Amino acid sequence: MTLTQAEKAAVVAIWAKVAPQIDAIGAESLERLFFTYPQTKTYFPHFDLSHSSPQLRGHGSKVMNAIGEAVKNLDDLRGALVKLSELHAYILRVDPVNFKLLSHCILCSLAAHYPKDFTPEAHAAWDKFLSSVSSVLTEKYR
Amino acid sequence: MVLSAADKTNVKGVFAKIGGQAEEYGADALARMFATYPQTKTYFPHFDLSPGSAQVKGHGKKVAAALVEAVNNIDDIAGALSKLSDLHAQKLRVDPVNFKLLGQCFLVVVAIRNPAALTPEVHASLDKFLCAVGTVLTAKYR
Repeated sequence: MTLTQAEKAAVVAIWAKVAPQIDAIGAESLERLFFTYPQTKTYFPHFDLSHSSPQLRGHGSKVMNAIGEAVKNLDDLRGALVKLSELHAYILRVDPVNFKLLSHCILCSLAAHYPKDFTPEAHAAWDKFLSSVSSVLTEKYR
Repeated sequence: MVLSAADKTNVKGVFAKIGGQAEEYGADALARMFATYPQTKTYFPHFDLSPGSAQVKGHGKKVAAALVEAVNNIDDIAGALSKLSDLHAQKLRVDPVNFKLLGQCFLVVVAIRNPAALTPEVHASLDKFLCAVGTVLTAKYR
């Protein structure tokens, strides 16, 4: 799955808007994930997952920063995310299905915060983009 | 998902064992898929799907031929299946989830007809290969 020029532009454009708020969006996306799909909490037995927990915020930032790296390297996602790919493959081993769930929650947070910008085209571009990121992160599992 | 050298060897080995019976494997896999996952019948309203149907046999032959083509071009599955990829993207539009189902059924058929061949390692390689084929066939959907 490759992103077209238009899709790349849409991803970059939304990111420019999101950039000042990535911590909040990240924390909110994770919160949505744990609330709507409680089974995902299994990977965070060591976290305080209550609303506005510092750990939630910290982890949300990590996730969104990685996504930001991906946005900057749309032409070489594999290269940009190689360490994270290995981390997820050899150590974290998050079941691939959960990437879809988190991606969905990120899309919901983006839509909630930026309703006017989240056109169908932007939605499709971001969904494709997050799918690609998820693919890279699960590529080395086997 | 990248097939390792060992994966390629394993897949070629299995298909060598299957040999000329690939068509039967294809037909059997389809029949099992329609029986086990009835929702897949939605794509074949024009077919007779009863046991031993000539149409299912004919279609199994097609599917098997494509898989053999992929095995013979295992270093460039995307290239080998490019036309099929277009067909599925632009005309057939089979929901991607169904490729997993057919792949599963194919594995089951191999297991039944060639139990000794399907060691855990070969199983993993074959599953990876079938996933790769599914990915290629849905790559152009959007």
